[in-house]
Amino acid sequence: MDLTLTEKHRTLRDEVDAFIARHRDRAPRSGGGRKRPDRKVLEWQALLLEAGYFGRNIPREYGGFGAPHDLIEVAIIADAFGRSGVSPGIHNQGISMLVPTLLEVGTEEQKRRWIGPTIRGEVIWCQGYSEPGSGSDLAAAHTRAAVQDGEFVINGQKIWTSSAHYADMMFLLCRTEPDKPKHAGLSYLLVLMNTPGIEVRPLRTMTGRAEFNETFFTDVRVPVDQIVMGRGDGWRVANITLKYERLLLGDANKLQHRLEAIRRMMQEPRSDGSRLLDCAEWRDRLLRLQGEVMAARYHNLRLLTDQAEGVDSGLGRLIVKYHGTMLAHRLTSLAVDVLGSAGLAYEPQGEAAEDDPATTWHIDYMYDIGLIIGGGSSNIQKNIIGERGLGLPREPKAGEA
Amino acid sequence: MRFGLTEDQKLFDHSLRGFLSARLPLDVLRRLAEPGNGFDADLWKGLGELGLHAMLVPEEYGGAGLSLLDAALVAEALGFHAAPTPFAASLVMAVRAFQAAADDVQRRIWIPRIAAGETRIGVGLGGLSGQTGRAALRLQGGRLSGAVDGLLDGGGATHFLVYLADGRAALLDADATGITATLRRSVDRTRPLVDLDLAETPAVEVLEASNAPLQVAARVRDAGRVMLAADMLGAAQAMLDRAVAYAKERVQFGRVIGSFQGVKYMCADMAAMFEPCRAMVWYSAYAQDAILEEAAIAANHAKAHLAEVTREVARLATEVHGGMGFTDLLGLHFQFKRITFDRQVLGTSERCRHDAAVAQGWIGT
Repeated sequence: MDLTLTEKHRTLRDEVDAFIARHRDRAPRSGGGRKRPDRKVLEWQALLLEAGYFGRNIPREYGGFGAPHDLIEVAIIADAFGRSGVSPGIHNQGISMLVPTLLEVGTEEQKRRWIGPTIRGEVIWCQGYSEPGSGSDLAAAHTRAAVQDGEFVINGQKIWTSSAHYADMMFLLCRTEPDKPKHAGLSYLLVLMNTPGIEVRPLRTMTGRAEFNETFFTDVRVPVDQIVMGRGDGWRVANITLKYERLLLGDANKLQHRLEAIRRMMQEPRSDGSRLLDCAEWRDRLLRLQGEVMAARYHNLRLLTDQAEGVDSGLGRLIVKYHGTMLAHRLTSLAVDVLGSAGLAYEPQGEAAEDDPATTWHIDYMYDIGLIIGGGSSNIQKNIIGERGLGLPREPKAGEA
Repeated sequence: MRFGLTEDQKLFDHSLRGFLSARLPLDVLRRLAEPGNGFDADLWKGLGELGLHAMLVPEEYGGAGLSLLDAALVAEALGFHAAPTPFAASLVMAVRAFQAAADDVQRRIWIPRIAAGETRIGVGLGGLSGQTGRAALRLQGGRLSGAVDGLLDGGGATHFLVYLADGRAALLDADATGITATLRRSVDRTRPLVDLDLAETPAVEVLEASNAPLQVAARVRDAGRVMLAADMLGAAQAMLDRAVAYAKERVQFGRVIGSFQGVKYMCADMAAMFEPCRAMVWYSAYAQDAILEEAAIAANHAKAHLAEVTREVARLATEVHGGMGFTDLLGLHFQFKRITFDRQVLGTSERCRHDAAVAQGWIGT
């Protein structure tokens, strides 16, 4: 155990802190991410990329900063932005899920074409995984892509495609080999959203907003080279993406960020001059969550070390999504309680809604439940923890028992 | 930066655990726990041979000069095996107290005796710990009068170190005049509590800690809280492991019960809440030596958080075992009670969180 920083890392930390202090006025509001990046966001992103505080390890030829892999550096940068409350850059599905997937298994041409525009925030991706008939049972996907005249011709329907209404591209899991067993019949395609035959219908959620969509495919034609890995490899690629998604969903820095925001609210004097932080019951609720967030953060450091040393954290990694999303919801639960009745005024429509703190907390309070369900629901996570993490036997399939 | 154990730490942990599992099979544990005094001379000697007595003692006093993280690994292993032996108070808190608060002469006399395993010190922080019970002591002319309850590691102790409300500490000989030490068997039969009644009892030493005695006492307390967190970590890990193993072997309705989602999810829930606790214990122990500005916050949150999580794990692990878990037969209850004990001593979760709030300046003392 040695948490001291080397000279190089201390220097980096000081540089990042100085960068934030110098430029923080140019930063967009942190969070959001449920709308297309505006000019301010894009300019901030460009600044971060240039400084090497975003896409740091992505090779230069793909639009990144090209620094050699050093997870500690990445953690130092994330920590500096987390502490300051300044936006660490764009986090969306393309950046957090597709880019690492392409870096892992994409072709040279795919990396050159897609990674740069994606990390700059110019190309927005959505994820075409779930279908009305295959949610938790993702590998049962029915959306069909048949090969005709050197193109895939796609027919079917996806659901829960967040950001499809403004996305440029979709990474799509679909069935190309209908004669093969379920998991072996899938492929992972990259699809332009403006291809004829794609119809996006907004799906209004409990938040009152349409964060998700249904996406319909009718004879949508995609060149055959728009595939990641080969035909029948889709399940493998999809799982690489899911691994990144699950780590993203349990992100400990986000938890810390929220905890700090709630603490600040509780330190604000209220209309009668009192502060909630001075009240033992309220303070203990915050303290309990602080303890949990600390455990999550230290756990994250442990996983980071494992990752840097090429060790599979096993169980430690498998719990992150379930644990992190549940904790996130408990944080937003405290936030909406702190706001109380005055925080109930709620007008969620329009992009301006995200500028109202009370509305944002209430959106997150509900949206967090979506995150508990999405990306493999908590029950699916518990199956994975129980079976892959603890070695418990699978539930016998119907007919086996 | 590296967040993990060294090869040396892993090796030491491995040999300690090997020793404990050979020494403490369930029938032996039952026998040693029955008197409830938390001390067995053979076990104490064996642990000394492994280097436990001198592990935290600085090299200049003949010790190994190891860190509090090393001690936390020991506490975890002792909790895992529910070992009926003094450790947290006599080999960690007492050593830390002498290092931080004693003068040079006192250190030279007492620290080597602790390192040799011949002096075993029960520790009572009284009101400074947040423990319930009596805590009223007066020191006058080198003599101590009054009462203090709930000393830790008091079974088999040769001496007692008791704290005054101002943060000074007095070392008493267990056989001194005017001392009545009442050993109470606790719900955790592997560790007792000792209540002291003192009437003009001569202090062998007074640790003045002239420089901010209350802060020094708080650091001793925090080191103890980290040890208790580590003890809970070990005890809960043992219960979780056993619950998972049982779920893989117990058959009902023609299937092993671990294949039922109801049981599987209990195990998954335990793992999900418990897994991050290990990193928290490591961090809080490391912070006591290396990140002093976070030491108090980390220690208090570790004790409080481990107490909350392991209470859940202890319940769920017992439940997974069904009726058998509730019996005396499996001996699961040793770890359950270990967790019960650790939660209540040196301050409850509520008290520890309060101390964490103070440590980060959210509120005054």
